[in-house]
Amino acid sequence: MRGTWLLRRLLGIIPTLLLTWSVVFAALQMVPGDPVSLMLGGTPASQEVIQAERHRLGLDQPVHLQYLNFLRHAVTGDFGASFTTRQPVLSMIGEQLPFTLSLAAGGLLVGAVLGTLLGVLAGLRPNGWTDAGVMTMALAGLSLPSFWIGMVLIHVFATLLGWVPVIGTGPVSLILPSITVGLFLAGGLARLIRASIIEVQGQDYIRTAHAKGLPPLLVVGKHIARNAVIPPLTLLGVQFALLIGGAVVTERVFARPGIGAMLVDAVLSKDYPLVQGIVVVTTGAYIVINLAIDLVYGLIDPRISRQ
Amino acid sequence: MSGAAPAPARRVLRRVLSAPGALAGALILAVLIAGAILAPLVVPYDWNETRVCARLAAPSATHWFGCDLYGRDIFSRVLYGGRYSLSVGIATVAVSLIFGGLFGTVIGYAGGRIDALGTRAIDVMLGFPPIIMAILVVAVLGVGVWNAALAVGIAGIPRFARVVRGATLSLVEREFIEGAHAIGADRTRVIRRHLLPNLAPTLIVLTSLDLGNAILSTATLSFLGLGAQPPAPEWGAMLNAGREFIRYAPWTMLFPGAALFLAVMAVNLVGDRLSQVLDPRQRGRS
Repeated sequence: MRGTWLLRRLLGIIPTLLLTWSVVFAALQMVPGDPVSLMLGGTPASQEVIQAERHRLGLDQPVHLQYLNFLRHAVTGDFGASFTTRQPVLSMIGEQLPFTLSLAAGGLLVGAVLGTLLGVLAGLRPNGWTDAGVMTMALAGLSLPSFWIGMVLIHVFATLLGWVPVIGTGPVSLILPSITVGLFLAGGLARLIRASIIEVQGQDYIRTAHAKGLPPLLVVGKHIARNAVIPPLTLLGVQFALLIGGAVVTERVFARPGIGAMLVDAVLSKDYPLVQGIVVVTTGAYIVINLAIDLVYGLIDPRISRQ
Repeated sequence: MSGAAPAPARRVLRRVLSAPGALAGALILAVLIAGAILAPLVVPYDWNETRVCARLAAPSATHWFGCDLYGRDIFSRVLYGGRYSLSVGIATVAVSLIFGGLFGTVIGYAGGRIDALGTRAIDVMLGFPPIIMAILVVAVLGVGVWNAALAVGIAGIPRFARVVRGATLSLVEREFIEGAHAIGADRTRVIRRHLLPNLAPTLIVLTSLDLGNAILSTATLSFLGLGAQPPAPEWGAMLNAGREFIRYAPWTMLFPGAALFLAVMAVNLVGDRLSQVLDPRQRGRS
């Protein structure tokens, strides 16, 4: 039974991916202006050159053929060449990806550790002073503009205290950007984990565990934490979206290379093949990661896959 | 008639403001809104007048928040900035609320194939991380503050639609809707007179929880250079301009950012409390 559930979920993302990418195609069809003149960037060109270029890009074909070509390219990862650099879009994305992934990993680490710590602290003693303080902090974390807190961190830790370099590569330069991305994640995660812990604490089996004389630490570790971690885990998919958003902004603040910075530059310079490539890759990754989380959820909690 | 009568507005307001956090949020919001509305009367300098002080001058008794690169008074600009950020945030949520709410209500009420198709459409829209969706919309519409608002609003539609559809589904099965059908009320009347009033608490909660996010997201697009353009005194755009002077003139980014943070925090404090008061699932928790 679990096998068919797994197969159904795996096959289910194919239409979602195709439809999502169709939206990207439709959106970029609506961009005013001709791609070839955008690509030439105002350089004067003869009608023959323009026609040849239109033919090369497949723009002289009917829309439905262009659409099928687009889907084929999306699946194979062939997004053509960037208007600005003339390099293949996929290799440009490949070059920038490690920077964004390391930032996302750093942010996730900071966010998960801080969020879990605060959430457990607040959830174990709800409605007290600790809870109120932690929850205000969590709300502040959610309300902090990450681009602002990034700059404040640079001001305090790089300029005033001189503890970390402002610019540079290597793990040290990843500290402040990771905190910037992580703070935003931590706020949401702390609230989810707190709510989840309060819910689990009220369950009969926790009362039983206490009643049969288990040490409180064991009850927290083995019974409460294990059951409380599942609901927030499902929301890690949403958190991944926040990570992408955080990365776009944080790369800008810290002048780091990465997919996010490249996307913003591509939009500003109207480099549509690059915009298309980045959007297709990020939405694809987002959908696949959400599926992976769903699958993990189903494996941890057998009730899900039985439904 | 409708099922559970909506709680009277005054009682809800009193309950919301009884929490110290929400009260503080409401007060901060009141100050920011008053500042934005009364800005022309209150500000010491025109927001766009250059050379009223030395370039990048530090905060002083005459220029409380210091001056920017062009010698403009940052205090005046921050106060005016509230007009942009708050109104743009409200417009953004309005787009998500109207289109998402309507879509969710219609597909939830129609059920069957329409619901299945609509849910699929929501799933596809949710396949985009909101910021990517917003940037894609800006790529199509072009940069600008209202395009950014529309972009963030559109990116929020699937979230609203999904929640409202769920709430509609649970309402449709209730007796008073069946009763309305039984006495021959047509579909538009059922939606207008019975569904929407009962969806109101859900819509209010969604809106209040999303407003902070909307203000933050539109400011983010402006910070990225995709929203409000200079010389507009929008907080995100001011932060973008201040980015280059963190080392020499940190006040160029400290004050606009603090205003943005306070506005979002205030909205979230009120929204959070409102959702506790109005959302039956949250009652009795804290």
